[in-house]
Amino acid sequence: MQILKGKLNIDFMGKRRLAVILSGVLLAVSLAALIIQGLNFGIDFTGGTLIEAGYPESVELEPIRTALAEAGFDNAQVQHFGSARDVLVRIAPQAGKESAQLSEEALASLRQQNTGMEMRRIEFVGPQVGEELTEQGALAMIYALIGILIYIMVRFQWRFAPGAVIALVHDVLIIIGFFALFQFDFDLTVLAALLAVIGYSLNDTIVVFDRIRENFRKIRKGTPVEIVNTSLNQTISRTLMTSITTLLVLTSLFVFGGEVIHAFSLALILGVVVGTYSSIYVASTATLAMGVTKADLMPAKVESKEGDGSVV
Amino acid sequence: MMNQYPLWKYLLLIFVLAIGLIYALPNVYGEDPALQISGSRNTTIDAAAKDKVTSALETASIPVKTVELKPDQLLIRFNDTETQLKAVDFVKSALGTGYIVALNLAPATPDWLNSLNALPMYLGLDLRGGVHFLMEVDMKAAADKAVERYSNDIRTLLRDERIRYAMIRAEEQGVRVMFRSEEDREQSRTLLDKELPLLALEDIESENPGLLAKLDEQEIRDIESFALQQNILTLRNRVNELGVAEPVIVQQGAQRIVVQLPGVQDTAEAKRILGATATLEYRAVDFEHDVQNAVAGSVPAGSRLYKDRDGNPVLLKKAVIVTGDQIINASSGLDQQTGSPQVSVMLDAKGARSMLKFTKKSVGKPMAVVFIENKNETTLVDGVPVSSSRKIEEVISVATIRDVFSKRFQTTGLDSPKEAHELALLLRSGALAAPINIVEERTIGPSLGKDNIEQGFNSVIIGFLAVLVFMAFYYRVFGLVADLALTVNLVLIVAILSLLQATLTMPGIAGIVLTVGMAVDANVLIFERIREELRNGNSPQASIQAGYEKAFSTIADANITTLIAAVVLLSYGTGAIKGFAVTLAIGIVTSMFTAILGTRAVINLIYGGRRVARLAI
Repeated sequence: MQILKGKLNIDFMGKRRLAVILSGVLLAVSLAALIIQGLNFGIDFTGGTLIEAGYPESVELEPIRTALAEAGFDNAQVQHFGSARDVLVRIAPQAGKESAQLSEEALASLRQQNTGMEMRRIEFVGPQVGEELTEQGALAMIYALIGILIYIMVRFQWRFAPGAVIALVHDVLIIIGFFALFQFDFDLTVLAALLAVIGYSLNDTIVVFDRIRENFRKIRKGTPVEIVNTSLNQTISRTLMTSITTLLVLTSLFVFGGEVIHAFSLALILGVVVGTYSSIYVASTATLAMGVTKADLMPAKVESKEGDGSVV
Repeated sequence: MMNQYPLWKYLLLIFVLAIGLIYALPNVYGEDPALQISGSRNTTIDAAAKDKVTSALETASIPVKTVELKPDQLLIRFNDTETQLKAVDFVKSALGTGYIVALNLAPATPDWLNSLNALPMYLGLDLRGGVHFLMEVDMKAAADKAVERYSNDIRTLLRDERIRYAMIRAEEQGVRVMFRSEEDREQSRTLLDKELPLLALEDIESENPGLLAKLDEQEIRDIESFALQQNILTLRNRVNELGVAEPVIVQQGAQRIVVQLPGVQDTAEAKRILGATATLEYRAVDFEHDVQNAVAGSVPAGSRLYKDRDGNPVLLKKAVIVTGDQIINASSGLDQQTGSPQVSVMLDAKGARSMLKFTKKSVGKPMAVVFIENKNETTLVDGVPVSSSRKIEEVISVATIRDVFSKRFQTTGLDSPKEAHELALLLRSGALAAPINIVEERTIGPSLGKDNIEQGFNSVIIGFLAVLVFMAFYYRVFGLVADLALTVNLVLIVAILSLLQATLTMPGIAGIVLTVGMAVDANVLIFERIREELRNGNSPQASIQAGYEKAFSTIADANITTLIAAVVLLSYGTGAIKGFAVTLAIGIVTSMFTAILGTRAVINLIYGGRRVARLAI
């Protein structure tokens, strides 16, 4: 079975203006959502208390809110979580109250309101810890990008590095923008997903770059645009195939993995889709824009072994 | 002939596969609900204790699966959780106090695997339920306390030497001492340099001459690391009280402590016990009156009845000689003359004076140490939680005063180095323990833990099967080979996780799922290359050869960059992210092995070394 039959000759790069417009629109919407609405940070980053309560049957949220308000938690955020039998309560950090006390008091009032309540999860993150996590998270992202940039510069050629990194920043921004636009919870697991997306999208980009490098060395005639096009055609079925298998498992994770892992798998699914697109259009377009030429890629001595791969 | 592997490559693959299977195997057997019993302070687990427990369970006719006596614990397995819960109370009452009885899930791994050190994966709290606390030691309070103590010391020293001063004040940077004359300052400088060499003295030049006595950096570091160690030890002791099977209490960074209590459900109780504060007091023993009379009800005025750690009554005078915050240090060691264990105690100036006053008239008489714990309790009164604090007092040591002493003295006659160590620890805890605060808490209830395991397992299996079917459909024979590699890959990931005893968490499972999806990428790259070569008119054998060869550098590049991202995640260090990164990194390495070497070996077996008309790809 094959998705795309025979030798392909799709003019990917001919549509690169369209791609630039599409990416531009997506990025503009993402940035606007980020600036106007901002991210809905989870307690991992803001600090605060989160309680997940399970009930034997479906519950209404209003009585729970009232009960919490009576206990002094009038700013508590109450919502269903996954099903109508699960409730998530979020309480902002309160000055002068210790975490131990706070969650106990909130739990007690929940228990009083409905004796069938069962504690499923309590999370408390102090404001200080939250700040540190945010800082470390941003740093981790930057370190990952720098590490990758250096690797590509060493392994390929400096003209490729900006393309790869622009594609990654593009992917990350769009996912963050999506989370901002729909106000989904942005917690630590989403951050982990973002870093995994960086890894995945890069994987895709590298495969394409590898082919571009190989073809620049092998094909004697042809403009850079034609060579990039050929490379994309040669790798497209692999790109789609891997995206499909990865999406298969991610869908399984999204559907069967439970509520806790929802945001994580959603971010990854988005990342795979955007990452696949960006490795075709963004990374290659950017590399062309950097003016990569045949002369840049003539094999150095060390690389000659893998470059000309015809084997009898 | 093309596409044939040397024998050693097959042997290597079989070897790796065998090791992988063995170390992945323990995860198949599941766990037994069990009771884990260990001795505490003065008790050890022995055959007698074992007999006590088994006969108690027999009389209560509670069925037991097995009873194992290990060097320092007794493990009783049951068939189900219900029996386990029923048995706890019987076991506890049969053994009495002095033993720690903890509920546990013991791996049901067969002995031959245990002897190979093959253990099941270590499940994180989010999968088994339990409490995770991140506690921060209040280092400022620790330093402030030290400064405060030094200011008292300086005051006493100056008074004793009759040096006049205008003011002594404990400040943030150190102790400020102001004098009326230059002469006084010089005199005290000499005195303080000699008596308190750990303080750095700085001149203050204002209207009047003064000195600023600062803790030097080394001293502050010592105080901080001491406060941290102190708190870790105290927490360990308290966690024992909770009866947790496998508690984790470790330092994180310079001022934080991670406490993980698997299986603990009553977090309120856990917080109460961990949050208790302790002090202690030295008191004179009332030996003039009979203890038994006091127990009977006639406690003499000026005395109070206490109990020691074994529950025996002790009669003590009400007047306190020295309190815990006057103890500067206490350390255990061996008496140089007799070689028996001892504890050396150092008091501050105020404590030294009262100790001197007391011992002058009490040589040959006994003195006791009372350990006082303030436990915070929250009880529900009409549904409203009310916090109250409960005091627990216990006599931890009674010793005879052999000589007159003040600042430094030794307590000897202790039974064991372990007892000496514990006494030293307890003596220190009164004074130096800086307060700790919970800065992060993650509690997972048992039902959520169960759901997480189930959902995690399901999503791995379903995603895995979907990929298997898809690959077989798309690449036919080659797809089936890739499926085989993927299965082996999963086994290897589980084996390595078990071998490393790395903690498997929910994000870790997500990492495995993602790896399953991405692991086939290497095979997709190879197979697409082979198809391409075939389309270009190459022979099947040459296409296989070229496909593997040309795809290799691409696969390596792609995986190394993903590995870079995984390593950055690993160094990020926080629980959820670390768990994900560990499985992702392991998965990348194993998938390269199985997808390149593994599939090639099988493909070579199928097609290698013979004439092939066409490939089923």
